[in-house]
Amino acid sequence: MEVEHQEIANFLEAYPPFTDLPSEALNRLACHVEVSYYRQDSEIFEYGQQITYLYVIRSGAVELLRRSGELYHRISAGGIFGHRGLLMNRKVRFDANTLEDTLVYCIPVDIFDEYCNEFEFFADYFEADDNARLKMTVSKHADSNDMTTAKVTKLILKEAVYVDQNSTVRQAAQVMADEQVSSLLIYDPAKPVIEDPEEDDAQVVGLISDRDLRSKVVAKGLPYDTPVADIMTTDVVLIDSNAYVFEAMMLMLRDNVHHLPIVHKRKPIGMLTLSDILRYESQSSLLFVQGLMEQKSVEDLAHYSTQLSTIFTRMVNEDANSHMIGSAMSVIGKTFKHKLLELAEAKLGPPPIQYCFIALGSMARDEQLLVTDQDNALILDNRYQPDKHGRYFEQLAKYVCDGLANCGYKYCDGGIMASNPSWRLTLDQWQAQFNDWIENPKPEALLNSSIFFDLEGVWGEIKWAEQLTTFVSKKAQNTPSFLAAMAHNALRRTPPLGFFNGFVLEQDGEHKRSMNIKRRGTAPLSDLIRVHALAVGSRKQNSFERLQDINEANILPKGKVLDLEAALEYIAIMRIKHQSWQIEQGDKPDNSLPPETLSEFEQRNLKEAFGVLDKAQSFLKFRYQNKAKMK
Amino acid sequence: MQGKIISWQGRFKRLAEISKDARLKSFYQQGVPDPFSSLENTEFVALDFETTGLDPTKDDIVSVGIVPFDLRRIRCGQAKHWLVKPNCVLAEESVILHRITHSQIEMAPDLTQVLDEILYALKGKIIVVHYQFVEKTFFHAALMARLGEGIEFPVIDTMMVEKTAIKEHRSWLDWLKRKPIPSIRLADCRKRYGLPYYQPHHALSDALATAELLQAQSQYCLDPKTMVKDIWQ
Repeated sequence: MEVEHQEIANFLEAYPPFTDLPSEALNRLACHVEVSYYRQDSEIFEYGQQITYLYVIRSGAVELLRRSGELYHRISAGGIFGHRGLLMNRKVRFDANTLEDTLVYCIPVDIFDEYCNEFEFFADYFEADDNARLKMTVSKHADSNDMTTAKVTKLILKEAVYVDQNSTVRQAAQVMADEQVSSLLIYDPAKPVIEDPEEDDAQVVGLISDRDLRSKVVAKGLPYDTPVADIMTTDVVLIDSNAYVFEAMMLMLRDNVHHLPIVHKRKPIGMLTLSDILRYESQSSLLFVQGLMEQKSVEDLAHYSTQLSTIFTRMVNEDANSHMIGSAMSVIGKTFKHKLLELAEAKLGPPPIQYCFIALGSMARDEQLLVTDQDNALILDNRYQPDKHGRYFEQLAKYVCDGLANCGYKYCDGGIMASNPSWRLTLDQWQAQFNDWIENPKPEALLNSSIFFDLEGVWGEIKWAEQLTTFVSKKAQNTPSFLAAMAHNALRRTPPLGFFNGFVLEQDGEHKRSMNIKRRGTAPLSDLIRVHALAVGSRKQNSFERLQDINEANILPKGKVLDLEAALEYIAIMRIKHQSWQIEQGDKPDNSLPPETLSEFEQRNLKEAFGVLDKAQSFLKFRYQNKAKMK
Repeated sequence: MQGKIISWQGRFKRLAEISKDARLKSFYQQGVPDPFSSLENTEFVALDFETTGLDPTKDDIVSVGIVPFDLRRIRCGQAKHWLVKPNCVLAEESVILHRITHSQIEMAPDLTQVLDEILYALKGKIIVVHYQFVEKTFFHAALMARLGEGIEFPVIDTMMVEKTAIKEHRSWLDWLKRKPIPSIRLADCRKRYGLPYYQPHHALSDALATAELLQAQSQYCLDPKTMVKDIWQ
């Protein structure tokens, strides 16, 4: 006689596919369950072993790893594993290890098979799931092909092919033929790439393609000994080796370039062509950028912007990491600016003098999410004369800022916008402004202005923005009192951890019983990372890239950079998931995370991540503030 | 009841000789499992009773749950559960606890009718209980009342295992600070090992819960190489 195991049946009943079993079948299944306990960090099974049970986690958490040791999945109570092995030769496909003390219910394979035969939905659940997972494995397997996770360097099939600018077109054509490439980088050997050049230019000075040879040489009947320098395209868009494939693709679609040289520390290392990328499936966010560029008016743009949250949630569901999502959202945000400036110039006429429109804060850091203010400014040519040009730029800035507001980018509360005359300065004025901030760091002034230390050129004379960041990084690095003031700023906001390692929650206001995961998580982390980055003279804007520079500079105790990276990723992704979840619920996304919506596992990880921030803040205090005091 | 028994082997031999009831005689004749085998090589059976109250002289057993297992696996497929008719009144309070109702009891057999089956399920295995007082005294008393002779058997008591583990981990400082001793109730012990909450007071669930607890204890505070004779009581 089979006895009823109510505890087991009641539990299974709450999780698919068991939910849909008739209660009699469910009870019978429960009777055949075997139970096993595994303590934290122990192995349940490993790749290739014989497997004869389907595993269901009753309590605890399990990590499934690929053979390569790469993480495949983390699952907790109600999670099912082992079915891939059962369906494929009864051999374990993924190593399974416990992350916590774990109790598993094991369903013998005979019963599993029997139920798969008897109940179609039961079989479908595992097979459908299996297919979906298989697809995922396939795409992950060709990791280099997956543009949501791959960096551009993974797509480099060949080393960069380049000739120096003194070569003739014939020599160039010969090299292209020999190397079977359709484009060639032209570099200037007289332009040495040193560690910290004044300018951000790479060695690459130009690019020629098949088309240039056709239209500029053959069609025009130029002699074959014409130097390549005469026919090359000099306005080359480059991409850093740290960029993700999808960033490269967005750049290509947006700027309509078909060849994108990849540079590592400003040296050319490879060339990406549009066809390299188009071989891979197109992504919604890429098509979105393309579509964005086709809009004809602010109203069109505003209408188009309503899709943004869908793009966001889709990326989250596709398991993109925070850097990718932040970059995609930033590229999209920059494209809005780009497009609005195009429209503004079309309406107001060409600018009387050159200018550069800059993004500040999270957009410059490539860390933008959905809930965001617009922070931007204008750098004007030094020839700027207020009475002559002032009106034009006032109108231009207003047009763009109003347009952005229409597209869902809220006006900045602090008025840090190009529409504010204080933030329309000439390059010299900006430099003087930054010089003043750095030499006379008044903490109160820096509160607002730390946002200016993340800046990126979006449109126009982008070089000026780079000139400014170079200036800032050099100046800041050698000004300890400024670093101390920035460090002080970075300590204003502490992680929401209280005594006994509990979460500290907001007790009043609209978001009662929740924690502001931006204000007390991602923001203080990027503040802290910025201080270290400035201290090591990094010119990177993105926090993850800054961490790489910090790591190379070796200023933090061993392992701390990795900790910070992991903590930032975890907190950022929790923030992203929270917002994505709110969108899917039909709510307005915000940064207030109620801890009770998290699993115990997530809570613990989040606490650990906050713990990293907490320790890093203590270190920051010790390192920069004490130093400044001793001076 | 019995004091510390030096040798369960000797005791079973003696009990097999003096026992009058055939079922008990055969139970004792099977002997005890090898006292020198290690826990990891031992077959266990978790045993739990629900009773009408806490006094073995007045109260009686209403249900029995048995779950066979070893340190690796608990086999629910071989679990057993019986409702039995107590020879006393089923008090309202106990109905609330174990939710076994009067009408269910009316239909149930007497303990002696299922004794064969129960002893068969226990035979040759190490019995594991949480808080041995209940299982040992109630089983003894129930049979004494029905057959005129009781029953004795060795058990591993997960409560005692927990108590010992706690004692070993408790420093003199804890003692000095009068830090309270953690609870050793089944549910509280389970919590310490990350085991889920089970609705208590169902003989089968409690037996399953006890089996899981011993598995967990064997990974934390009980060396699986320990010989049975060193921890059975």
